[in-house]
Formats: sequence, C-alpha cells, structure tokens
Amino acid sequence: SVQAHKEEDNPQRTMEVNGLTTPVPASYDYDLIVIGGGSGGLAAAKEAAKYEKKVMVLDFVTPTPQGSSWGLGGTCVNVGCIPKKLMHQAALLGQALQDSRKFGWQFTEEVKHNWMTMTESVQNYIGSLNWGYRVALRDKKVTYENAYGEFVGPHTIKATNKKGIEKLYTAERFIIATGERPRYLGIPGDKEYCVSSDDLFSLPYCPGKTLVVGASYVALECAGFLAGLGLDVTVMVRSILLRGFDQDMANRIGEYMKEHGVNFIREFVPIKVEQVEEGTPGILKVTAKSTAGDQMIEGEFNTVLLAIGRDPCTRKIGLDKVGVNINEKTGKIPVNDEEQTNVPYIYAVGDILQDKLELTPVAIQAGRLLVRRLYAGATTKCDYVNVPTTVFTPLEYGACGYSEETAVEKFGEENIEVYHSHFWPLEWTVPSRDNNKCYAKIICNIQDNERVIGFHVLGPNAGEVTQGFAAAIKCGLTKEQLDSTVGIHPVCAEV
Amino acid sequence: GKNEYDLLVIGGGSGGLACAKEAAQFGRKVAVMDYVEPSPQGTTWGLGGTCVNVGCIPKKLMHQAALLGSAVKDAQHYGWNISQPVHHTWSVMAQGVQNYVKSLNWGHRVQLQEKKVKYFNIKGSFSDPHTVCGLTKAGKETVVTADNIVIATGGRPKYPMDVAGALEYGITSDDLFWLKESPGKTLPSFILYVSLECAGFLTGIGLDTTVMMRSVPLRGFDQANHISKKKQICFTTQQQMASLVTEHMESYGTKFLKRCFPTKVEKLKSNRLQVTWKNADLDREETDSFDTVMWAVGRAPDTKTLNLETVGVKTNSETGKIIVDASEATSVPHIYAVGDITEGRPELTPTAIAAGKLLAQRLFGQSSELMDYDNVPTTVFTPLEYGCVGLSEEAAVQRYGSDNIEVYHAFYKPLEFTVAERDATQCYMKMVCLREREQRILGLHFIGPNAGEVIQGFALGIKCGATYPQMMKTVGIHPTCAEEVTKLHITKRSGLDATVTGC
Repeated sequence: SVQAHKEEDNPQRTMEVNGLTTPVPASYDYDLIVIGGGSGGLAAAKEAAKYEKKVMVLDFVTPTPQGSSWGLGGTCVNVGCIPKKLMHQAALLGQALQDSRKFGWQFTEEVKHNWMTMTESVQNYIGSLNWGYRVALRDKKVTYENAYGEFVGPHTIKATNKKGIEKLYTAERFIIATGERPRYLGIPGDKEYCVSSDDLFSLPYCPGKTLVVGASYVALECAGFLAGLGLDVTVMVRSILLRGFDQDMANRIGEYMKEHGVNFIREFVPIKVEQVEEGTPGILKVTAKSTAGDQMIEGEFNTVLLAIGRDPCTRKIGLDKVGVNINEKTGKIPVNDEEQTNVPYIYAVGDILQDKLELTPVAIQAGRLLVRRLYAGATTKCDYVNVPTTVFTPLEYGACGYSEETAVEKFGEENIEVYHSHFWPLEWTVPSRDNNKCYAKIICNIQDNERVIGFHVLGPNAGEVTQGFAAAIKCGLTKEQLDSTVGIHPVCAEV
Repeated sequence: GKNEYDLLVIGGGSGGLACAKEAAQFGRKVAVMDYVEPSPQGTTWGLGGTCVNVGCIPKKLMHQAALLGSAVKDAQHYGWNISQPVHHTWSVMAQGVQNYVKSLNWGHRVQLQEKKVKYFNIKGSFSDPHTVCGLTKAGKETVVTADNIVIATGGRPKYPMDVAGALEYGITSDDLFWLKESPGKTLPSFILYVSLECAGFLTGIGLDTTVMMRSVPLRGFDQANHISKKKQICFTTQQQMASLVTEHMESYGTKFLKRCFPTKVEKLKSNRLQVTWKNADLDREETDSFDTVMWAVGRAPDTKTLNLETVGVKTNSETGKIIVDASEATSVPHIYAVGDITEGRPELTPTAIAAGKLLAQRLFGQSSELMDYDNVPTTVFTPLEYGCVGLSEEAAVQRYGSDNIEVYHAFYKPLEFTVAERDATQCYMKMVCLREREQRILGLHFIGPNAGEVIQGFALGIKCGATYPQMMKTVGIHPTCAEEVTKLHITKRSGLDATVTGC
C-alpha cells in the first residue's frame, strides 16, 4: 500500500507538461483521487475504499447564475433523477386524485397544489441523501473535501475551497467525474432572468406560468410535471422532440402532452428575455424568432426554464496541464473501453464521457467496474450495449436497444420486423382515461432468429416494465421466447 | 362429418373464448356454450368467465380503488391540499367497475359475432362424446353436435359445509364484486390469495376487515399438494413472502384471527351476522358480529352437471378436476379441456388463454406446439403486491438441496415512499439461483408497488435461461424499484444486512 508523504519530502517528481508520462514510482498522498462527487465518482470512491486504498473525493458545486447550490451527491441526487421523479410523482398523484373520484373517493372542490410544501419535502429528502453520502464516505474512510479540483501538473491537483484556500494533493491515479451543467442560450437576459433544472427543484416560490425552452427529455419531463401540478406551461421547440430517441415514440409523447394541457410552440428560438416586473415570480417578456422564416413572436411568462442541453465541466479543470485530450467542440472526454483517457493514470466516468450514455446507473457501473479492474484484478468492462432508459414524461416512455430508425439504418427495413400494440391500462378504464394512447413495440432482427433488438413502451410505470425486458434482451431474447412467456394478468407489461 | 360444428367449447371464459376465437380464425365452424349458475345469494353475470366478471378484472379495479386511497393520503405530502380524512362510497366504485365489466361482456358478444362463432347461453351436458344438450333459460331444449369438444367450465367458490349457516348467510367472491351496497364490517375467511386480495382492498377503502385463518398464510390447500412440483405456482409455498405480505396488511389495518376455525354463522335481528369460532391457540370459543362474511376457502371445478361419467372423461377423484395430457386431451378422443378445470395446471387466465389458443392451432392449424407451463409468472394484488416467477425458495431447496442454491436478497425503499413518509419495511426482493458455475436463476420474488409490471420482463429473462451474471450485467433504470433486481448482491448465506443504502 502507498504511504502518505508530505510534498516537501518529494522534490524529485518530474514536471512534464504535455504528452505521455510514465507514472514515476514516487510516494503519493493518495492511491486515488476522484474529482466529482456524483453518481460515478462516489461509486468509484466507495469501491476503491473496499480494497483498502487511500481515496479522496473532491466535490464542489459552482453556484448557478441564480445562486442555487447543493450538497454532496452530484446531479442525480440534487438536480436530476431524484427530485425529478419526486415532482413527477406529485403530478401523477394529482391525476390519481381525479381518478379516485371515479373509484368512489369523495372530496369536494377542486384540489390545489402548494409548490412550497412539495419542494420543502423534496429538499428535505435530498438533504438526507447528501448527509447519507457524507456518512458513507466517512465510514469507508474516504477523505472528502468540499473543494474545486483542478490539475496543476502530473499527478498533482489543486483543491480550492469556498473560502479560497488552496491545497495541493498528489495521487497515483485520478478519476474525473465532474459531470455537466445546463447550457445557456447566449442571448440577452438568459443568465439574469432565466432558470435551469439546476434551480427549478429548489425554487423558493411557485414558478407560475412557465416557458420551457428546449425539447430534451429534461425539457419535456419538467414541462410535464409542471403542467400536472396545475401550472400554465408552454414548450418552445427549435426542431424535433427528443433528438436521438425513437421519433415515433417521441411524437406520441408530445401528442399526449399537448392533449393534456401543455402548449407547444414549434420551430421558434428565443432571441431575448426582458424583465417586465420584478418578483418571486416576476414577469418576463420573451421574444422569439421563427427558424423557418422572419416571423417574430412575444410572450409573457412568470418563469423561463432553459433546458437546451448540458455541457461537460471539463474546460476549467486544468486538463491541458496534464495533457488529457478533450473534444474541443463538445468538451467531452474520449476514453477507451476501460474508461482510460489518453493519459494512462487518468480515467473518467459518467456524463463527461464521449459517445457514452448520460445515465446514473451507467456511471455507477462504469465507476465500480473500473475500480475493480484497477485494484481487484477484475477484467470485466462496462457493458454499454442495450442499456435501458426511461423518460418520465406524463405518459412515461421506457426503452431498451435500437430505435426503429436506427434499426432500419443498421439492418435494412426488410430485415427487421416491428410488432406493436396499443393497450388500455385496466386502471384507466373506470376513470375513462385515454384508451388509445398507451403503446408498445418490439423490433426484431429477422436474420438473427427474430432476436429482439429494440423494446419500447409508452404507459404507466414504464420504468418498472422496461427493467425486466432489458434483462431478457441481455439474455438474447427472441420473439419466439417472448411469445411463449405467459403474461401476468392484469398488468400493462403483459402486452 | 355429420356433426354440426367443427368445435364446440363449453364455457365462455378466458380459456374457452380464446380457443373458440382462434379456431374461428382458421375458418372453422365454432360454437360456444356459456351459462352462469346463479350463486347461492343469487348473483349472476354475462359472457366472459371468472376473470372478467368475478376475478382478475373487478379484483384489480377494486385494488386500484384502494391504492388510490393511499395515493390521496400521499398527495398531501406532495403538496396537494385535501382535507383529510377522505371517505369512500362503495356504490360509486361498484357501479364504475360493474359498468366496465358489462362493457367487456358486450365486447365478447360482439367479437364472437364478428368471428362468426355461434353463442348459446345454455347449460350444457354430454349425451355422447360428440353431443351436448341443454336447456335455455326459457326451457327450450337445444342439441349441439361437434367433431371436437373443449371443456372450459372453470371453477366456482367452495363453501365450508361444516360451518352452520355458511351457505345461507355468507357470500363469496362471486357476490362481492356485484354488491350494490357496501359490505361494511367484513370477515373474509381463510387464506388463499383471493382472501388476502379482497381483505386488502376492503381495508383500503376504509372498511373494518378481519381475516380468519386456519393456519399459515398462503399455504396451498390440498389442491396444491396435487400440483406436481414443476407446475407449482411460485407463491403457494413461499412462506417468507407470504409473511411479509400479511405483516404489511396488519400494519395497514387488516385484522387477522390466526389459527381460528369458524363453527357457525347466525343472523341477528339487526340483520348483522354473528360468527362463532374456535381459537386453537387459546383453546376457546370466540364470537363477534359482522355485516358480511365472505368465504374464500378454495374453488371447486364446475363439472357436476356436465355428465362426464356418461362419456367417460376421467377426473381426479380428490380434486374433481379433469385429467389431461400435455396436449390438453382428456381420456376421451376428441374431447379436450383447458383452464382452471384441468388437473395440475396453474389457475391463471393467461395460461388458460395461451393453452386454448395453442390447442386450436394444433387442432386446426397444423401446429404441434404444446403449452409450456414452466416458469409462469404471477402476481398477488394485495395492498403491497407480490410478484413472482419460477421456483419458491422452499421448492428450490427441495429440488436441489440448500448447498446448491444461492439466494440473493434485499430490502429496499421505493423513492415515492420517501416524501410520502410511508413505511417500506416489507418491500423486499429475492433471487434464487443455482450455485454452480453458470448460476442460472431459478426463481425471482418481489414485494412492492407494481409488482406485476416489475416481474413480467424478468419472466422473459428466465424463459431465456437468465443467469445471475447476466442480471448483473444489465444496467438499471433509475430511479425505479425494478432496478434493485439488477443490483442484488447480498446473499442469505452471508447473513449480512440486506438493506439497500443510497444510490
């Protein structure tokens, strides 16, 4: 095991600035330093501690333009999956309340939603998770510093805390897991007046009439639950919905949202945001230009939520000082299939990776397996194929494998077969909810024994439904095997 | 031939209708006979069988009503302003459910018509191996002859004949779903999943409910012992899961009278029912009054009036069920049986449907595919649902020996329970695997919300011979409950705490 040494005892370290460096077998402060305490980073750190490595985690949240910040845990815990799903659940419960009347439950008057009650509960829960991570790291003897980490030289990083105090640390290996932050439009008024998902989940006032800019899953999920809570929501979309996802499914999601009260403005982009009235919320005026011509429109909203994409936090962490290559355009870090960057002792996991999925479970899996390979002699690499995912829009969408268009592209239309069906969840019958919106399809490769290469479902509890199918697809599920499996009745998944 | 129809199906339930409709697809002349003998309380219903009328469908809808009651409570934590407590009106729910069921009856009638299947609403009995006759409600005699006959008459609830007053004053699931007025303070008796599910939703809608049980929860009755080990439904012997399910119900408000045997039911002047029972633990007689007593002591195959002896169709002497081979054939050529009426098969709608369809395909469609009854997934829709597929832990131990199996398990907390401040003590899952190299998964058990949705996909995996390593290679979907299955890593053998910690 590596002994801890103070800097002063190690004056002989080489200081090469660019290019490959063979790690000098010097004594480092740590075996491993993880930069970024999110899903990937924490998973890797905790795993390394299991093998009795000396590990440090550096986590720091640069406040948003609106001043929001949060604790240990990364995007998922603080401003991603967790609060998103809880607010989605709040919206679903609103629908459940309406359904329940048809099932015999009685309560008079229209029921109203209180944003502060919900947000407080959600933030309390997140706080407990932040705390839980602090405790977990402490218990596993992982050193944690709430400081901004950046490389200053080979095997050396500088950690700057909130008070501006700087410290230098050295490690034999590093894992970069700094994740991403929401992108801004670069138009007048965006940073001053708009919010992002980084702010939404802790907003100390009800957002009111909201304009959501973007067509990513973040945009649609947020628009979805805000509408479900009773707010007036408009989504401004530059071109298509859910780029990268199966477009047939994406359009169905959009249709459902439209029919359930979300307004869509298609083919427009905002060009400026001005403040009409201050307040919490205030009133903002948005001017937008058509992408198809010269038409301009204006609208007033209490809140403008930008959800146009996320950018990796890789530009200001000193990667140039150690020679780690990044994609200059996107900021993402290319790695080999062992999550190693071009610098042998520096690895990366999570959302910052080029050409990998931006999902918590993927980051966790990658982080853990990486550490096992580094310290436990394991050889298993992260399997990025057939990773299932779910979009928690009002009508949830679960998917695993190829979209229809990608399957056609790769295998040719004549070589794939798509089986599909609408279905009506039993729970929707009595309250007379839509009977032709829920939908499922599987895409099979005819030439490979009708192997199921794509699974898509649109309906309640899509995540719960999709998970098992993902496992089956991992086992090489064929159409025949699917047909011969008996359904559980009555559930949506049996479709 | 000389027979009027290519196929006659006796029984218009899940299995019967599936078989008939499939046969009609092949251009065959098909007829269906369906008749509902009113229950002792006088309840009757339309075309569609048990599932549609007095089983899965109304059960799940009423279960949903109960779940919505919980949702209403949760909603407050999520910011919805509702003044609690909120009350439930049985008749609104019942009407909603009954209307939907009636629409299904109608839908089945229309489908049969569209597929040119002749429908007889008569109670049929055999006169010879190709002839079935019966009387319509109006008393008119009808004779139907067919080349092939499929018996799919299903089952009806049993009454405990050793309890005085049971028949006169008690109801069963046949009646519960059609009650126009609330059952009030209810005593569903004995333990089968029917009893627990009904007790669960009755409690959920606010009724004072007590379950009386002879022994341990979800122990299969004698029927279960006759089901060969291969086809045993996962939950009939799954003690641990059964305990967790009933523990949850207890904390939820259902009362349990354990190790109690009812002896008599009497009607009081107030029209309430006085039930007397023997408490085996305390060795004394006890009594209490209820508005409704519901028996869920098992179901008996509906074969009595079929006249099976005349044509020689063999039945199991103990259970009364029709004995069939792997192709659903009875002891008489050209007479088949599918569904709950058959010996050794799971009593589930999807298996009846699949078996019925495959049978029609073999009879008329040149197929030779037999029904696979292995690894049939199922779900018990108790307040905290229990879904499973494959072998129970006990069955796995019995078949392979405890040294040769590994059980991975976890206690988890659904994300939605956190803000709602709901107790997740019984949310649990376990995977039973073979210990040897490949670590094939023998069984998967899950207790929690949406258990059916969770288990279905995994059932596919098990059909593909899924192994533990393959499960671990599958990335989870976050945040869901199902993802915990892909993260199972604590074994029972290790004795370690199986509670899932943070992300």
